[in-house]
Amino acid sequence: MTSDETTRRDFIYVATGMLGVVGVAGLAWPFIDQMRPDAAVRAAGQPVEIDVSSVEPGSAIIVTWRGKPYFVRRLTDAEITAASGVTVDQMKDPQPADQRIGGPADEAKKDWVVVAANCTHLGCIPKVVDSGADGWHCPCHGSVFDFTGRILHGPAPINLPQPPHVFASDTNLIIGTDTAGA
Amino acid sequence: MSSLEHHGTYTPTSGIGKWIDARMPLPRLMYDSFVAYPVPRNLNYAYTFGGILSLMLVAQILTGVVLAMHYTSDTGLAFTSVENIMRDVNHGWLLRYMHANGASFFFFAVYLHIFRGMYYGSYKAPRELLWILGCIIYLLMMATGFMGYVLPWGQMSFWGATVITGFFTAFPVIGDPIQQFLLGGYAVDNATLNRFFSLHYLLPFMIAGVVVLHVWALHVTGQTNPTGIEVKSKTDTVAFTPYATVKDSFAMMVFFAIFAYFIFYLPNYLGHPDNYTEANALVTPAHIVPEWYFLPFYAILRGITFNIGPIDSKLGGVLAMFGSIAVLFVLPWLDTSKVRSADYRPWYKLFFWIFVADAIFLGWLGSKPAEGVYTSLAQIATAYYFIFFLIILPVLGLIEKPRRLPNSITEAVLERNRASGAQQVTGSAAASPENRG
Repeated sequence: MTSDETTRRDFIYVATGMLGVVGVAGLAWPFIDQMRPDAAVRAAGQPVEIDVSSVEPGSAIIVTWRGKPYFVRRLTDAEITAASGVTVDQMKDPQPADQRIGGPADEAKKDWVVVAANCTHLGCIPKVVDSGADGWHCPCHGSVFDFTGRILHGPAPINLPQPPHVFASDTNLIIGTDTAGA
Repeated sequence: MSSLEHHGTYTPTSGIGKWIDARMPLPRLMYDSFVAYPVPRNLNYAYTFGGILSLMLVAQILTGVVLAMHYTSDTGLAFTSVENIMRDVNHGWLLRYMHANGASFFFFAVYLHIFRGMYYGSYKAPRELLWILGCIIYLLMMATGFMGYVLPWGQMSFWGATVITGFFTAFPVIGDPIQQFLLGGYAVDNATLNRFFSLHYLLPFMIAGVVVLHVWALHVTGQTNPTGIEVKSKTDTVAFTPYATVKDSFAMMVFFAIFAYFIFYLPNYLGHPDNYTEANALVTPAHIVPEWYFLPFYAILRGITFNIGPIDSKLGGVLAMFGSIAVLFVLPWLDTSKVRSADYRPWYKLFFWIFVADAIFLGWLGSKPAEGVYTSLAQIATAYYFIFFLIILPVLGLIEKPRRLPNSITEAVLERNRASGAQQVTGSAAASPENRG
């Protein structure tokens, strides 16, 4: 038998090896996949409806959706003015203030800010403050956000993200969807 | 390696000894590795931390296994179960304090072990793989320590886990899926606690496996020594037992006396009071700090507050932090000097001690709030950390003029004894018990 001749042993060797590779990969997948969020955790991601009638201008509450906290903050006129006055070069992630302030369909009641309560740096919960243009200070690594959750300075790279949300009425906020009547 | 000539050979005398030796010569392996094994005659007390670390690993596994008999890894019960260990379980307080302070002392010993390796150039050829295995052990220790700290489910546990798994969100696109994969959810929760408990139990045994490889690699090349010169003849070495065994044991006793002092008199000194408050996903403690042994890396993480080109400050901080550990792996190739020991490298010695001071300084900065002057100081200290590895070490090896090296370990020992006026060793091949550290 010469060495360049394909033998039955070569065939069995290659076939077994390939089946082995496919088999190991197939067997490994369930062990990896089980690490992902399970069905119960994913099901808990349904939209939540919150009664915000007790939130006065100048105050904020924390609500949870998908196990994560979100700020619902109602701004005073002075705070809206301060937020609108933040210039582009003061911001790390420039975004107009009016894109971040919303509310019920009634234009006069648009003084609400709904943002994630986890700092975009490493996930701590910033403290609500009210000084100058500052709306939040993160106690962990010193990030400073304005009244609409835009990053002013510190290590956080981007603004506090806004979850999908919609006001079902003047007093009821739904987090988890941006379609009214859902 | 012919210079590693063993001191005596294993000769079983009893019948059962011979019977085992012919079938599975484990006693012979033990004898050759830990009795007759030759070690340089001039090892000082800086070389005792390997033995101390092995014992600490055993201590952590023993206390950990019994603590796991009383612990419950459910977010609703974990905090209470730890309090039950402290109050109700017989001697539970002692076992938990041994385990918690044991982690600190484990890291304390490993840092001294690493600094010893850096001072005496232990990582240089042919011991690169030995060094890298050590780095892997250190990484596994960090993962184990971090996950263990999450288990009591206190405020620092929860927020530490949030911050550390948050590192991965720094990477664009893949970051968030990786974090959800690690947490098993959108936030730190029950799934996270359970998998951390499982892995915290597993990793120490993986550490033990890598320790076996580490010791194997050590016994192929042999130990370095304070002169950095390789063993050349049998007179350069003494038998592991009794010389190294007794020296290691004495160091262990001293180390464990200090360890015991902390367990009995300062059991919470190295911990954080916030971790005696149960985890709360809606309140971040005013000042989050990791355990002391992670503080230097925490300071590096927070030091990067500026964007570097396309890399934003968050990713930059995470990369700098991972980089500060990754750089250790390539240390054998960054140091271009042929001379191992800092004793013969005056400039390296200076920069080495500045590096030690810098690492301690970074640790202190990591415990301070991330604001004002602390941030600037952290940036300077971080810069020195990387300059030391990436610029000083490669350049210094090319321009530094080392001191004259002795011809052999024996010559170095005899020279020292003469200089200190001690009684001269007669120069017999037998090991002198007078060789001091």
